[in-house]
Amino acid sequence: MQDVISIKDFDRADIEKVLENAKIMEGYTKGTGILEAKILATLFFEPSTRTRLSFESAMNRLGGTVIGFSESGSSSVAKGETLQDTVRIAEQYADIIVVRHPRDGAARLAAEVAQVPIINAGDGVNQHPTQTLLDLYTIKKALNTIDGLRIGLMGDLKYGRTVHSLAYALSWYDVALQFLSPPGLEMPVHIREDLTEKEISFQQVEELEDLKVDVLYVTRIQKERFPDVEEYEKVKGSYQITKESLEFLGGAKILHPLPRVDEIDPEIDSTHNALYFQQAGSGIPVRMALLASLLGWEP
Amino acid sequence: MKRELKISAIKNGTVIDHITPGKAFEVARILGLEDFSAPISIAVNVSSGKSGTKDIIKVENRELSKDEVNRISLVAPNATVNIVKGYEVAKKKKVEIPSEIVDILPCSNANCITHFEPVKTKFQLEGTSPMRIRCYYCERVLTEEDIKREIAKED
Repeated sequence: MQDVISIKDFDRADIEKVLENAKIMEGYTKGTGILEAKILATLFFEPSTRTRLSFESAMNRLGGTVIGFSESGSSSVAKGETLQDTVRIAEQYADIIVVRHPRDGAARLAAEVAQVPIINAGDGVNQHPTQTLLDLYTIKKALNTIDGLRIGLMGDLKYGRTVHSLAYALSWYDVALQFLSPPGLEMPVHIREDLTEKEISFQQVEELEDLKVDVLYVTRIQKERFPDVEEYEKVKGSYQITKESLEFLGGAKILHPLPRVDEIDPEIDSTHNALYFQQAGSGIPVRMALLASLLGWEP
Repeated sequence: MKRELKISAIKNGTVIDHITPGKAFEVARILGLEDFSAPISIAVNVSSGKSGTKDIIKVENRELSKDEVNRISLVAPNATVNIVKGYEVAKKKKVEIPSEIVDILPCSNANCITHFEPVKTKFQLEGTSPMRIRCYYCERVLTEEDIKREIAKED
């Protein structure tokens, strides 16, 4: 693989390879010289602190260095330069480029133009493949498997980029999916069709109490998705995980791409269910694995 | 008395027949006919026993390639292409939807990068009945309805 643009470019073998390499990278998180003298350019046309810091940390731990910008206001884009030109310039200065951009498809276009590897760190509402890979890595690390699991996806399933990508990636595995979302924010038809095509069992449940899962992936429900604030206030309580929810969630592991607002009560943080901070930490070995292998490293 | 043809027969070249009525100018735009030096005749809303009315385009002295004519398939899916040699139809073929559709229609996703950067749109064919194409860049799926709407915008 030359670039990491979309989770749709990954089949099961590709995903497994990344997860195996990430496991090897766990052994190098105190530092290694695998990418010594290599330079990563981070082109962040819109801010994303966690993803950018995680890529920078991963590159630094691999012994490489990082250049870049964290918002387009401080780059030549503010002067009207095209993305294509920005990428052509950046590749003169760096061996690999990470792009985050507010427009859907920006990373694919960058990859088409660039000679060096491109990693998509989020293009509009379209894709954020490294998030999905670290989600899978977190699940596999905690439960030793992905096959055979019952996985719940909860929250805004209509607009949520992370749940779309995750559902797609999970369709390579033998899993049973359960969806819980407010009315109007259900999983889009084209994703349900993809799942049906791959013979993945999925069902929409009505209440939090109906979920019978090993893993629950929680996402934020944005106020602005509702016609008015009252509507939002009415439903939001039904999609919050509190200590009481654990009675019927049992030992289910809870993931969240973060940042959270009030979907998960902080009192969950100290329970064995909470996996979301480890999930954020998984960003390091997974992104180390991707950076290293795109630059020719092999285990 | 024999009725006269609205546009005369050509000796050599390409006749695109059974174009969806009203779509001849769109077809001409897609094929870039305005840049051709060959004589071109366009007939719009001609009566046709087969489908009521149809449009026809005749391009003299130029044999359009398969790839060229397939570019019109989204606009005129029922068109037939006749290659004419010495006033005779030498080859007749139906248009086919190509697996990659380049620079024919805009992406229906208003946030797609193709609306903001100097780049040709590109779609991959995912299905023909019903028609489904996917933007190569933003991955948005366009249904038959979306395609019709986007092509109409180009008129």
